[in-house]
Amino acid sequence: MRKIVLIGNPNVGKSVVFSRLTGINVIVGNYPGKTVEYKRGHMKLGGETVEVFDAPGTYTLEPISDAEEVAVSMLSSADTVINVVDATNLERNLYLTLQLSERKIPMIIALNMWDDTKHRGIQINLDKLRQLLGVPVIPTVAVTGQGIKELVENIPKATSPDAAVRSRDEYWTTIGSIIEQVQQVAHRHHTWRERLADASVKPLAGGIIALVVLAIAFLLIRFIGESLIGYVLEPLFNSLWAPVLSKLSSLLGGGGFLHNIIIGKLIGGEVDFVQLFGLLSSGLYVPFAMVLPYVLSFYLVIGLLEDVGYLPRLAVLVDTIMHRLGLHGYAIIPTLLGLGCNVPAVMATRILESKRERFIAATLISIAIPCAALQAMVFGLVGAHGGQYVAIVYGTLFAVWVILGVILRYAVRGFTPELLIEIPPYRLPLWRAVLQKLWMRTYGFLKEAVPIILGAVLIINVLYLVGVFDAIANFTAPVITNLLGLPKEAITAIVIGFLRKDVALGILAPLALSAKQLVVGSVVLAMFFPCIATFVVLLRELGVVNMLKSAGIMISAALITGGLLNLIL
Amino acid sequence: MSGGKQVTLAQMRAAQSGMILRIEGGHGLVNRLNALGIVPGKRITKISSMLMRGPVTIEVNRAQIAVGLGMASRIIVEVDEAPA
Repeated sequence: MRKIVLIGNPNVGKSVVFSRLTGINVIVGNYPGKTVEYKRGHMKLGGETVEVFDAPGTYTLEPISDAEEVAVSMLSSADTVINVVDATNLERNLYLTLQLSERKIPMIIALNMWDDTKHRGIQINLDKLRQLLGVPVIPTVAVTGQGIKELVENIPKATSPDAAVRSRDEYWTTIGSIIEQVQQVAHRHHTWRERLADASVKPLAGGIIALVVLAIAFLLIRFIGESLIGYVLEPLFNSLWAPVLSKLSSLLGGGGFLHNIIIGKLIGGEVDFVQLFGLLSSGLYVPFAMVLPYVLSFYLVIGLLEDVGYLPRLAVLVDTIMHRLGLHGYAIIPTLLGLGCNVPAVMATRILESKRERFIAATLISIAIPCAALQAMVFGLVGAHGGQYVAIVYGTLFAVWVILGVILRYAVRGFTPELLIEIPPYRLPLWRAVLQKLWMRTYGFLKEAVPIILGAVLIINVLYLVGVFDAIANFTAPVITNLLGLPKEAITAIVIGFLRKDVALGILAPLALSAKQLVVGSVVLAMFFPCIATFVVLLRELGVVNMLKSAGIMISAALITGGLLNLIL
Repeated sequence: MSGGKQVTLAQMRAAQSGMILRIEGGHGLVNRLNALGIVPGKRITKISSMLMRGPVTIEVNRAQIAVGLGMASRIIVEVDEAPA
């Protein structure tokens, strides 16, 4: 099959062009050994079906980062290249265009954001540009679909300009002369969108804007996630799936090893999806009814923020603070997401450049960022003893986040690169592109996480049935009672916490703990170990060795913090 | 516009404009900046800088780019004379 590769700078609307060209059946690929995503789809080209690749955004063909390496290697198998160029920023975009023109691959240029040139006072002489570059140039507005048909019609006319190889200085001289001949810029006033854009990278105004945006994003994620759980998934599981399981349970004789593996130990004959630990009960309920709704809502909101162009601004604002913790500005995004659910948060650490940053960010999130479900329980249980205790829990977790971050900054080898990012103008997102991205990411999550969650539920269940957990409880009892000052029964909570932390905290409720014990209990639970779903994504994102290191840090940090709290309070 | 004061990008004030004279750094830095169009001879305007040694935001070729302070201190700019 013939291959068409879309290539261009980041933030030029390449993904929107891609979603216009291809249908919904898009596959996200991960380059082997790289955390860089690319998209693949199909389109009809005069009766023939061709493959379309959306390469990661790149500024040059001299590979500097992983994303650029992937883009360059995709190019080598391309039959035709569509170079998507931001018409409002021709100068910088032409650098890549000139490099592409040396590759002897038939090329066509989509001069995107064409409508923006008008209100930005930019005039481009298209004929002259075509003549100078020696390839077809089609003005497009991908967001509205304008020019896409023409672009497709002109793909067969793509040509290779066969340019001579130039040095870096020659590129800029050539670009300078092209710009002089094709572009005229009139002076004009700032639009409100630009004023807002400038304000959002200034310390004070930017801080206020950030707080508002984050508050809205957070509320939206929780609202969508909770609505999906409360109105769609819980009713679905309770009224449709629970009766099926009850039937199946009596078919299997209501007990026995196989029954307990598949369905779990029924408590008073009731199907309780969270506590059963069976493959068909908790094994399905955890990924689909507890995690998926938050994954969906998170990816929707984050996709919107991405496409509007807000995220780079947030990164700029908090860069200084994050550097103290061995991270850079971008790490704020996964960290905040962790307050909703740690699963998408750990997944989002992918956006960080270096392995070191991903490790630090993922570890800090799993330890010190309580998810929404856990927070609800902390408010309910600990809050009953007074707001000051809730404050102690939050204050402790925040202190752990900062102190552990500073420690990891010095302890983890490697360096955190300085921030260097383009800040795109604010743009209205295209729903089609947002939803396409949402679908791809959600599908990716389900495909990779569900089998592992099922496997983990199975293993825990077998260990539990065989009595390993009782042994652990007895073995660790001295630690729990002496170091943390909690009753021995609290170990059950910590084990359950592996599956769901809020339920675990619920198990502490009937133990008649003092306020101090509850504070210690919630802090330890929050820090001790991630829930199973987070554990799975941690394993996937960090690999086995780093996952074990991270888990080691979690356990020691939880015990030290819990022990200290027990002494101080 | 020649003969203006030479400062680093980090030292420039917000809303000040100027021309990049040189980048005092190794190949890696020069390459990364080059890819974003930050090259000697380019005119830039500083939009803002964050408190506590945070990154600097500049406008170059009508696009905005945030540059870490370390990098910004190695970009030498000839600033325009302030209008009287």
